[in-house]
Amino acid sequence: MSIELKHIHYVYSAGTAYEKHALDDINLTINDGEFIGIVGHTGSGKSTLIQHMNGLIKASGGELLYDGENIYAKDFSMKELRNRVGLVFQYPEHQLFEATVFEDVCFGPKNQGLSDEEVKARASAALQSVGLSEKYYEQSPFELSGGQKRRVAIAGVLAMEPKMLILDEPTAGLDPKGRDEILDQIQKLHRERGLTIILVSHSMEDVANYVERLIVMDKGSVKYDGTPREVFAHARELEQIGLAAPQVTYLLAQLAEEGFAVDSTAITVEEAKQSILAALHGQNRSEGTTI
Amino acid sequence: MIKAKKLIHKYTRYDADGNVTEQKMALTGVDLNIKPGDFVAILGHNGSGKSTLAKHLNVLLYPDGGELVVDGKDVYEEKNLWDIRQSAGMVFQNPDNQIVAAVIEEDVAFGPENLGVPSAKIEERVTSSLKSVEMLSYRTHSPNKLSGGQKQRVAIAGVMAMEPKCIILDEPTAMLDPVGRKEVLHAIHELNRKKGVTIILITHYMEEVVDADYVYVMHQGAVVMQGLPREIFSRVEELESYRMTLPQITKLAYELKQSGVDLPDGILTKEELVEALKQCR
Repeated sequence: MSIELKHIHYVYSAGTAYEKHALDDINLTINDGEFIGIVGHTGSGKSTLIQHMNGLIKASGGELLYDGENIYAKDFSMKELRNRVGLVFQYPEHQLFEATVFEDVCFGPKNQGLSDEEVKARASAALQSVGLSEKYYEQSPFELSGGQKRRVAIAGVLAMEPKMLILDEPTAGLDPKGRDEILDQIQKLHRERGLTIILVSHSMEDVANYVERLIVMDKGSVKYDGTPREVFAHARELEQIGLAAPQVTYLLAQLAEEGFAVDSTAITVEEAKQSILAALHGQNRSEGTTI
Repeated sequence: MIKAKKLIHKYTRYDADGNVTEQKMALTGVDLNIKPGDFVAILGHNGSGKSTLAKHLNVLLYPDGGELVVDGKDVYEEKNLWDIRQSAGMVFQNPDNQIVAAVIEEDVAFGPENLGVPSAKIEERVTSSLKSVEMLSYRTHSPNKLSGGQKQRVAIAGVMAMEPKCIILDEPTAMLDPVGRKEVLHAIHELNRKKGVTIILITHYMEEVVDADYVYVMHQGAVVMQGLPREIFSRVEELESYRMTLPQITKLAYELKQSGVDLPDGILTKEELVEALKQCR
């Protein structure tokens, strides 16, 4: 499946004094099986953008094609689109409401009109895929820790078996270990099931570690679209729009200035480590030959 | 400024008839000793008791045991309640939940108005608080057009207008973008340096802890590690066992050291790592 956005515009409160262009001529293609990160300062249009992707917000102008079909056409099935594109909102645990974890995850597939057995099978599978053990199934979701609640909420969307999963800051407010656990689970869903993932994040370090393609939003437009490495090469420009490069990228730039032969486009701890080790070795070797 | 000894908090659940059905120890005996003017960070996994502890520091919760004295006042004495809340202000995670007025200066004035401060003085306090978080030029603006970092700074100004001796911030940057995070951190460091306000910062971002004077790590309702940031971030395995990680630069230095590069423990900043690596050439 693919989603194609063509000249998408979105205007809030059109015709009033508060009129605001939230999205301005967005052209993007989301391909099947991609793992995409979206970053941008608060108010840059990230959340508005992702809500277009499953038809929660209708564009003020432009076309959105889902597998080549215009989703704004009269006979297009919005329901089908929403079954295919699962959206996990910020702080999704605020939407948990059932008496038990298991029932909460059943809610989505039940509303899809599936049989009882099918609903249960899907709920179990979804809870398994977010790594929540069976002993929690009959507990109230409100008794779980922050990270566990969030996993229940994600399972609730997964149980609807979407092809694409969009997550709006899924790690906000989680402790470091919880952050890694959630992101590892998401990566696993991508790798093992080929799920297309769109991850909205405020953590440059997280997107550097996980995503394959990075989209930068600024004032309702796409400012950059490329591999994380390509995008983070624009550290200075990113700072001007409320963002940054990962910490290690700044370190490498500073090392390069000091004359180390490091790769200053590295964006993860692992890449930085390899690059620094290589630079130190290279230096020792060249010193060796001059003696 | 804040002294706690064996502080205990229990969350109790009752059934319909008022019988106790379940008790959970959220704080199992916390000792704290925070000096006036300190910048203290509190780390800990979700559910470790950080926020429960924070709510005790300005008496939103009462202890179930142990001692707690804030700014020389015992929390067990009811007459101290409002004094303590004035000397220890709180800032929470979501800026949108903390702003009440339609104009920024009115929002900042809300606290001192409730304290019965005379209007001439309120004006002074609003000006100086907004100035201290570098938001003075926005005083007549509406809060809903601000960025997350700006809103959070207005929330801090609102607390500052009550002239507290201590500000407790419970994950104030969790919802902000990188620049917003930087702005808020800068603002609270300035308040600490220039106005001598004691800061207690609860956070999940390890990078924000690097410049603190002292760090507490909580686990299952107790303080399990405490010390200078450098000491805490040198105890890597122990820290990870409490679901914490290292700041990215410290992590990189640690990994390089594991690979045989001769580096000191507990490197915290880029500059330190660059210097240390220069020594290795």
